Amino acid sequence: MSKLTDLNLAQARDGLASKAFSATELTQAHIERVEASDKLNAYVLKTPEKAMDMAKASDAKLADGTAGPLEGLPIGVKDLFCTQGIRTTASSKILGEFIPPYESTVTQNLWNDGAVLLGKLNNDEFAMGSSNETSCFGPVNNPYQGANGENLVPGGSSGGSSAAVAARLGVAATATDTGGSIRQPAAFTGTVGLKPTYGRCSRWGVVAFASSLDQAGPITQTVRDAAIMLGSMASFDSRDTTSVERDVPNYEAALTGDIKGLRVGIPKEYRVDTMPSEIEALWQQGIDWLRDAGAEIVDVSLPHTKYALPAYYIIAPAEASSNLARYDGVRYGARQAGVDIDDMYANTRAAGFGDEVKRRVMVGTYALSAGYYDAYYVKALQVRRLIAQDFNQAYEKCDVLLTPTTPSAAFAVGKEVEDPLEMYLNDVFTVTVNLAGLPGLSVPAGLDGNGLPLGLQLIGRAFGEEQLLRVGEVLETAAGFTTRPKEWWSA
Amino acid sequence: MSVDEKTVRRIATLARIGLSEAEVPALAKELNAIIGFVEQLSEVDTTGVQPFTSPVENKMRRREDVVSDGGYAQDVLANAPEKDDEYFAVPKVVD
Repeated sequence: MSKLTDLNLAQARDGLASKAFSATELTQAHIERVEASDKLNAYVLKTPEKAMDMAKASDAKLADGTAGPLEGLPIGVKDLFCTQGIRTTASSKILGEFIPPYESTVTQNLWNDGAVLLGKLNNDEFAMGSSNETSCFGPVNNPYQGANGENLVPGGSSGGSSAAVAARLGVAATATDTGGSIRQPAAFTGTVGLKPTYGRCSRWGVVAFASSLDQAGPITQTVRDAAIMLGSMASFDSRDTTSVERDVPNYEAALTGDIKGLRVGIPKEYRVDTMPSEIEALWQQGIDWLRDAGAEIVDVSLPHTKYALPAYYIIAPAEASSNLARYDGVRYGARQAGVDIDDMYANTRAAGFGDEVKRRVMVGTYALSAGYYDAYYVKALQVRRLIAQDFNQAYEKCDVLLTPTTPSAAFAVGKEVEDPLEMYLNDVFTVTVNLAGLPGLSVPAGLDGNGLPLGLQLIGRAFGEEQLLRVGEVLETAAGFTTRPKEWWSA
Repeated sequence: MSVDEKTVRRIATLARIGLSEAEVPALAKELNAIIGFVEQLSEVDTTGVQPFTSPVENKMRRREDVVSDGGYAQDVLANAPEKDDEYFAVPKVVD
């Protein structure tokens, strides 16, 4: 038998069910691997004792036949999800040693289904970033290194989640996606990332960045694992006013492998001039794979694509400036003294927020300020509607869309941190999906010339996750991505 | 439209973010780059387009008008930087 940490989520689940090993054995193996992974900086808090307690409880349930769908499966949780009694920071200094007195709905769903918590995962501060370099805990290193052994970013904002899954530091991880923060890191690390439809997973207890865009989802080794994770993470929650009251289907059962007659749209606007030829070639390969599997390829147009990033960089900072107003040093977090209360607020926020967060709060404040509200904020919301309408029109001709996930493979740590605009371009293919509230799935599909993973993105209709996952699995099978990073970090 | 240093100071005050004078010029440059980037939205004709505020068209759900939560002030106060009995404590705000 291979090592327990080589198993994907579905394999580990089946091994537990057949009693090939116990939940405590599986968890112990992952704890040891996590302990030896500090060079990756994926975990910002390890919870080995809690994990062993949860695993023992899972073994009891597995023995008496009351096991849940995720019973005994050790996972990592992005440090944006509040976990009761366990420090939650959003990787920001301003939250200090915040210990939530409550549990997020998504993580509670996972524990109810038997999952085991290995620890909290690094991310860009308040999920603002595309490289995991804005974290107050420092950057995460991609398990994949550059051609000369240089450290690469794992993508962001869910960089701890993507690195952990790629390095097998957990059978799966939770993540969140506001402009690409699940799919881009998945593409950079050869993992699967699923951003569900807006409203599918509750936002309750998830640290808010931009509330009309934020959505929780999984990063996993396989499409099947993503289907299993989503089945547990998704729910209707009356505590989130944008949660959608809708049954959660059996996503795993949707993986039939049959996509005959499915219409796959190829949006011409995603063919950008700066796209490297190997990404262009991979996209064409993806088209061929789906055609060979019986799908019909349709050319479609999403004419407002070019305006998605500019609209996003008004809407997301505007919502962030409002959401982050709560960090004032009064109710929680690290307070800095001041001569009066306004001075205390200003000092607390100056010391607690990092540069990227300050930039975005300032842009958002500007866009919402008197005299600019209509010119920037309302204008961006109007363009957002045009972008959403583009998708509606495309879906009259096709069922899913196929695009590259990112315009490049993972880049070196430190390379783009100096130029915010350059960093923003990472999300050019993913951000439209958040603006329209649609589900998107990144599947590892190939390698670039330096042996780095590249992903292809599938975009579905609202609440079309079953079909999206079905196509994703067909794409995954055709691509046959089996590459694993060299284990330099444990040496 | 360009963001001058005076505007940077005004936004920082609105956002309650303390800035040193030394930080202002670099921030003005960065904000200008971002605002310059988003200016391209003005190319789009949005005449008559309704602003899009949420992907979900939920009506606000109503619930029974009953007390369903609360009664744990100490949990709420547990992370407070400063507290007094069942209150958050802040620097004096009224004379």
